Amino acid sequence: MSSVATNRFTDESRLGISGKVLAACAAQNRAALIAYLPVGYPSVDQSLEAFRALTDGVGVDLVEIGIPYSDPVLDGIVIQHATTKALSRGVRTRDAFRAARAVAERGCTPLVMTYWNLIEQYGPDEFARDLKEAGGAGVITPDLTPDEAGVWRAATDKYELDRIFLVAPSSTDDRIASTMAACRGWVYATSVMGVTGTRTTTSSAAPVIASRARAADHQLPVGIGLGVSNGDQAAEVAKYADAVIVGSALLRCLDSDGADMPGDLDRLRALVDELADGVRRGRA
Amino acid sequence: MTLLPDATGHFGDFGGKFVPEALNAALAELASEFSRASEDPTFIAELRRLQRDYSGRPTPITVADNFSTLCGNARILLKREDLNHTGAHKINNVLGQALLTKRMGKTRVIAETGAGQHGVATATAAALMGLECRVYMGEVDTKRQALNVARMQLLGAEVYAVAAGSRTLKDAMNEAMREWVSSVETTHYLIGTVAGPHPFPWMVRELQRIISTEARAQMIEDHGGLPDHVAACVGGGSNALGMFADFIPDEGVKLWGYEAAGDGIETGRHAATISAGTMGVLHGARTYVLQNEDGQTIESHSISAGLDYPGVGPEHAWLAKSGRATYEGVTDAEAMQAFGELTRTEGIMPAIETAHALAGVKRLGLRLAEEQPDARPTILVCLSGRGDKDVSTAFEWFGMSGEPDMVVGGME
Repeated sequence: MSSVATNRFTDESRLGISGKVLAACAAQNRAALIAYLPVGYPSVDQSLEAFRALTDGVGVDLVEIGIPYSDPVLDGIVIQHATTKALSRGVRTRDAFRAARAVAERGCTPLVMTYWNLIEQYGPDEFARDLKEAGGAGVITPDLTPDEAGVWRAATDKYELDRIFLVAPSSTDDRIASTMAACRGWVYATSVMGVTGTRTTTSSAAPVIASRARAADHQLPVGIGLGVSNGDQAAEVAKYADAVIVGSALLRCLDSDGADMPGDLDRLRALVDELADGVRRGRA
Repeated sequence: MTLLPDATGHFGDFGGKFVPEALNAALAELASEFSRASEDPTFIAELRRLQRDYSGRPTPITVADNFSTLCGNARILLKREDLNHTGAHKINNVLGQALLTKRMGKTRVIAETGAGQHGVATATAAALMGLECRVYMGEVDTKRQALNVARMQLLGAEVYAVAAGSRTLKDAMNEAMREWVSSVETTHYLIGTVAGPHPFPWMVRELQRIISTEARAQMIEDHGGLPDHVAACVGGGSNALGMFADFIPDEGVKLWGYEAAGDGIETGRHAATISAGTMGVLHGARTYVLQNEDGQTIESHSISAGLDYPGVGPEHAWLAKSGRATYEGVTDAEAMQAFGELTRTEGIMPAIETAHALAGVKRLGLRLAEEQPDARPTILVCLSGRGDKDVSTAFEWFGMSGEPDMVVGGME
């Protein structure tokens, strides 16, 4: 059964770069798979290996490159631990552009996910310019809502980058509509009221927020994040979402902390295979 | 004079709301509920009653004639927030937000705390009003302030030590924010200072405004008119904004904020956010932040846990940039000297936070005496808290032995 019509994503100006990837997946009657990892963990070079591994085999459809931040209020404990280590090992904002380049060279589409202060300090215009030059498609900003995004809209328009804002179960219908109107690419729907991290069951709020977003604006793809950790959950979410976002579960594959990168990368590839299979059988 | 903040919580370039969307609805509800409550005679009457009968307001102004002799020609007056229940201005904010929590139909509060003063005040109000209470405290701080952990637990609160990041106040605030994203339906996040996303900087200022409303009237009625200078210490900045608020329109009154300069601003080990920070976004607001080139927050350092914070309320950033208030750093050593001096000359032991303001006004008084030898300026300073909690720090700082001066009456 498919509750998702495949031909609704027709407005190219709203889809930007990453939304077109999601639209192409929709045309195959499947959800896209979006993978998050932070740059700089276990080290910058090893994180580049991990980003490349996400594109091995069937691979993921979009890669989210997280930039470690000292005060990450939307991140659960798995991501916090990794990003704290990455910071203590010297990761810089500009390393995200190396990661973007590594992903783009593999023919996959990179996005950056970052807390706003890092962009503000780099300079919004300079950040957009350098990300574009590295082959990045756009940016997800978990603590920047459209209300405060005037400067960011200008920079992303100038460099034709996607800007992905978040909606949540607590957002009003009007707020969902205005947030989606401000997005280019797709909208990130947080499916639970909580921070990042794996959960044993997917949230009952997830299909609700997906359908509310679709009702508010059917021309923009909806990605569902927070909590997905295995192929079955991915298949479940793929029934109603245009994209399934996985983060902490992938990061946990790297838990040797660099001591056994080959083993970690094998586990990472295996999980990507499982998730990629999940999003493909979700609507079968 | 424009009324600040604007409808979206901005003080000029500063303030705003940089939070996960999941919190937006709760912040909007809080802003409109506080607006309504501020005009509701029942709410106002209940808050006034608590301030009078529970907290002990109005607090007096004490003329510090002895301490003034150390401060050039200045006459120093102390607004005695230390005489509030729980020993500091923190209770002013907490009582208001706890009442608001009940008004919103929520049954639980969470709070962050550094030294534990705001945590203790929150646990106190929660005990009074029958609210569940959890306090997040950096793991480093729970060890430094074990007695306050016990106080909060005795009051019925849960204390969660935060082992993430630098394990201090800023991380406690991150963790409280994370919890709030999950618990927002039943829980109010009772922020202790004029920082954080809108509406907190505005709401907490309004709840602390009573300090200057009382003090301004007391000055006019009992002390010969408006003071020439008003001063306070600034960490997040809630006692300072409460002390400044009603004096901001009085253009003849100079406003002074004293930040913690720790070992000295030049050493890099300090918490002087306005003096040495740069504009950025931290904990939901644009303000001055101690941060590196990339925008990663730098840990602050101060002998005073209550000032040991790498950000500052956005309205202070605005007051500094607009020139309405002036901010200077006070080192640990200067603050501890003033701590000793006020204690010995007036018999009032101030909190170490407050001692920064006292060192600041002493410096100000001496400077004014050089600039205008014939003037007799009046300086009103917010005595934001009492120093009982700081005795062990003072014990170490002054190298005290704990030995009595003399043993008498013993047998050979």
